[in-house]
Amino acid sequence: MNAMSHNQAGNAYNFGFLDEYAKKEVRRAILKAIAIPGYQVPYASREMPMGRGFGTGGLQLTLSLIGPNEVVKVIDQGSDDSVNAVNLRRFIEMTCPGVSTTTATAECTLIQSRHRIPELPLTARQILVLQVPYPDPLVVVEPSEDKRKTMHGEADYSRLLVKLYEDIVKFGEITISHRYPTRINGHYVIDPSPIPRWDVPKLNDSAALILFGAGREKKIYAVPPHTKAEPLAFSDVPFRVEDFRDEQGRRRACARCGCVDSFLDEFVTDSGSKTYQCSDSDWCDMQLRKARQTQGEPA
Amino acid sequence: MNKILEVRGLSKIYGPGCPQCLESTGPEADTNLCPHCGSVVAIHDVSFDLFEGEILGVMGESGSGKSTVVKTLYFDQAPSSGEAIFFDNDRQYDLFSLNAAQQRWLRNHRFGMVYQNPNLGLNFNISAGGNIAERLLMSDLMDYGAIRERAKALLARTEVLLSRVDDLPKHFSGGMQQRVQIAKALATQPPLLFLDEVTTGLDLSVQARILDLILEIQQELKTAMVVVTHDLGVIRLLTGRAIVMKYGRVIETGLTDQILEDPQHAYTQRLVASAL
Ligand SMILES: Nc1ncnc2c1ncn2[C@@H]1O[C@H](COP(=O)(O)OP(=O)(O)OP(=O)(O)O)[C@@H](O)[C@H]1O
Ligand SMILES: [Mg+2]
Ligand SMILES: [Zn+2]
Ligand SMILES: [Zn+2]
Repeated sequence: MNAMSHNQAGNAYNFGFLDEYAKKEVRRAILKAIAIPGYQVPYASREMPMGRGFGTGGLQLTLSLIGPNEVVKVIDQGSDDSVNAVNLRRFIEMTCPGVSTTTATAECTLIQSRHRIPELPLTARQILVLQVPYPDPLVVVEPSEDKRKTMHGEADYSRLLVKLYEDIVKFGEITISHRYPTRINGHYVIDPSPIPRWDVPKLNDSAALILFGAGREKKIYAVPPHTKAEPLAFSDVPFRVEDFRDEQGRRRACARCGCVDSFLDEFVTDSGSKTYQCSDSDWCDMQLRKARQTQGEPA
Repeated sequence: MNKILEVRGLSKIYGPGCPQCLESTGPEADTNLCPHCGSVVAIHDVSFDLFEGEILGVMGESGSGKSTVVKTLYFDQAPSSGEAIFFDNDRQYDLFSLNAAQQRWLRNHRFGMVYQNPNLGLNFNISAGGNIAERLLMSDLMDYGAIRERAKALLARTEVLLSRVDDLPKHFSGGMQQRVQIAKALATQPPLLFLDEVTTGLDLSVQARILDLILEIQQELKTAMVVVTHDLGVIRLLTGRAIVMKYGRVIETGLTDQILEDPQHAYTQRLVASAL
């Protein structure tokens, strides 16, 4: 592997931007995170040439994992084309020569994502890296990090559960829409990053390794393949994903591809009415292609 | 009668401590502050037994170490030395040799505490019902409906209006806050309860009703209690036996009636006389 590469200005960068020592350190943290599912492993987060909060935590994971034959996909809120995703993809292309990028979930080996898990089920040969702004789900109930560590160690999540209790008391249901606290492998509860509830079940028994990187908070954690991931809930008030039924109780469909089993984004049209579209743009394209194929084929 | 708690030689020193701490403090020395090293001998060599369903009083003036006794037993503070054995059905626990997680488990499941300051016992930012729910959730009850029923039953038992189950305790009166604290402490039906000046600062009529409640609970549930107070009226009403403390030491111990009718120690005599 040729470790050195050059950008257009002629400055030498290591393959993957990070030096090999930094990558090793991240990989060590990843291994520990896999060994202790859901445990937040501290690591020395590096300065990246972009502001923290723009996915630097996820990017460091991605850059430490990229090999020369990697096929990388970058998404932001389900879209491959948003400014953030495009910038990160360009950065990866620039600093990892030889690596190819794609928007097709089916083709990639490594996905860096913010706010979504692709609709297409991931496979054992894929790794998903999620960008995390706030790694600790206990931060809403306990300001002291020392105390939070003890609570995690003892799997003491009663105060988090009280939040859910109060939610049901006030609103008749659990209202958490994103960052739904999820118990991994029967012990540690994680903040699964700002994915919608829709994506939380995909963490459970996932074929792909799922990694979480928080750059600002300097934490890495993991849901290893085929690990139990249970959203916190009560035995008589179970966890539910978003409800996409309309007033008549019919499942809303994507206005573009017609899909009725994907997570939908809501848009307001020029005329003021609401319309819905797949949030996962690659999924939407796939459904559209499928529909055209079946239409084009002679019966 | 079954023993619930056996406390032996319990001591707590705040500060570095020195070889002269013990001889320089206590009732004879008339201080709990060591003149040589500046440490506070908050309690020293406190021993007592507590039996099932019994209420033991801990009395003494301000600063005598009453709260320190229950704080160490409830694991709010680690003692400097001493031993305490908790007998729970067939099991027994050497309290101060348990690790933090084991101590927390006992605290959440088998002990209850009611503080003078409701701020210490309640989370003011969650509802009265939520406060009780928290303790139930700690003991792994995961059914929302069952938790809610139990919280309501406990609040009803402690005579808190059910219409207030979802209100924040910070908006409650002092007496009602103590009732919520008691309900929370009772949530897991612990065999052992610590009560630290729970009626201090409340109106007399409110005090009387809370003391009645405590007695009823003791009779219904056979809960053993350690009641800390400087109020001899509370001692007389609630407790069967009592210990009298001064400058961190136990100076008298016995049946409450005897202590109040025929105090042996000069200090207790003055204490009782002044309360008449
Ligand atoms: N954290 C602490 N650091 C130093 N000294 C302390 C601490 N807590 C208590 N003390 C001292 O220990 C002694 C016993 O305190 P404790 O609170 O047990 O007394 P008490 O009998 O409960 O008094 P009161 O009736 O006023 O509540 C007092 O002199 C007190 O100042
Ligand atoms: Mg006190
Ligand atoms: Zn679509
Ligand atoms: Zn001293």
